[in-house]
Amino acid sequence: MESDKIRLEIVTPYRQVLDAEVDEVIAPGEEGQFGVLPGHTPFLSTIIVGELVYRQGNQLKYVAVSHGYAEVEYHRVTVLLDAAERPEEIDVARAEAARQRAESKLAQLSQDDHDYYETLAALDRAMNRLHFVRARAPQQKG
Amino acid sequence: MANLKDIRKRISSVKSTQQITKAMQMVAAAKLKKAQENVVRARPYASKMSEVLASLAVRVKPGKHPLLQRREEKKVELLVIASDRGLCGGYNTNVMKVADSFLQDKKDDCELVLSVVGRKTRDYFRRRNWEFQTEELNPGVVDFRWAEKLSRGIIDRYVEKETDAVYVAYTEFKSAMTQNVVVKRLLPLEPKPLAEDEIPVEYIYEPSEDALLADILPRYIFTQVFRMLLESVASEHGSRMTAMDSATNNAIEMTAKLTLLYNRARQAAITTELMEIVSGAEALN
Repeated sequence: MESDKIRLEIVTPYRQVLDAEVDEVIAPGEEGQFGVLPGHTPFLSTIIVGELVYRQGNQLKYVAVSHGYAEVEYHRVTVLLDAAERPEEIDVARAEAARQRAESKLAQLSQDDHDYYETLAALDRAMNRLHFVRARAPQQKG
Repeated sequence: MANLKDIRKRISSVKSTQQITKAMQMVAAAKLKKAQENVVRARPYASKMSEVLASLAVRVKPGKHPLLQRREEKKVELLVIASDRGLCGGYNTNVMKVADSFLQDKKDDCELVLSVVGRKTRDYFRRRNWEFQTEELNPGVVDFRWAEKLSRGIIDRYVEKETDAVYVAYTEFKSAMTQNVVVKRLLPLEPKPLAEDEIPVEYIYEPSEDALLADILPRYIFTQVFRMLLESVASEHGSRMTAMDSATNNAIEMTAKLTLLYNRARQAAITTELMEIVSGAEALN
């Protein structure tokens, strides 16, 4: 294996989103963002809703991520996620609908309700997708 | 001798049945292809998940998390996964048979509770006066969040010590032709040990080991249940495709036989008619 590259694999229960050789990965960990360069020490972290960035040469690429895990080995990063999308894959209308649904549901719930946090998480995911599209979709050149 | 009109009627009815089974076979084939793709697509995730879990579990004491604790099996839950619809050969019956024999085996040693997925499953066990912990219809298209919800209930009951072990009866998908009904233990979890030549990697954990384990274990169950549902759905379509294929072939065979019979009857009728004319003519001479 080449020693100056990282093999980045992103998988969700529905599909393999990415399997590529990259130079750097920056992922949103539960305790803050972390960056991974080749030769990083083995490391296991939870991933929270946000944005994962990877670099190939001097090109930055972005993936919107949902809850999951990242397993880092010296030259390999495996990311297991509930859901992950590239900018061009996000269905804006669906995310917008999900946001509205979550917001109106949230308005009727109080913090003690059974599915309060679930709805909050759904809202979080929808917002993340929308922000992500707004920030990343137009400037595809990187 | 059957009369001509009756045979003609039979032929046309067999032909229309054949059209239906042929159409169902084609629909099942298309659905099978999709379901099969889903099974294949879910595989990398599932195998990565068990890798991560295995490497995590070797470094944690077994009793550390409730989902890893083994208890004496006094109360056992069985989740039976089959389909909502029939006309799929032995698919549903096979699952029921296996589930039934499992229940027979266990019923003397422990208390049993049942959860079902699929209308056919529900009806079968309801007729036998079972009550269910959970009853769900088969969603057809399996959604991960749906699997998560279903598993959540199972996990909760296990953690609350309402159940001491959970088994699942479902159909393993091997290929469109072969499917196996199996009963597998879902809980307590037994992470597969590392292979001899694998060296466990020392990780840095973020957040702590325990927090990670608490998060990853339920998720592993979701993945398992999700995979079982996917395989069940694929098996259902495969089984239906095969059943409908042989139904179509039977119909074709039957049409051929009936046509032969029809022609023979027609011939006989003509011969009789000729004989009558000939003998009539002879009588005149």
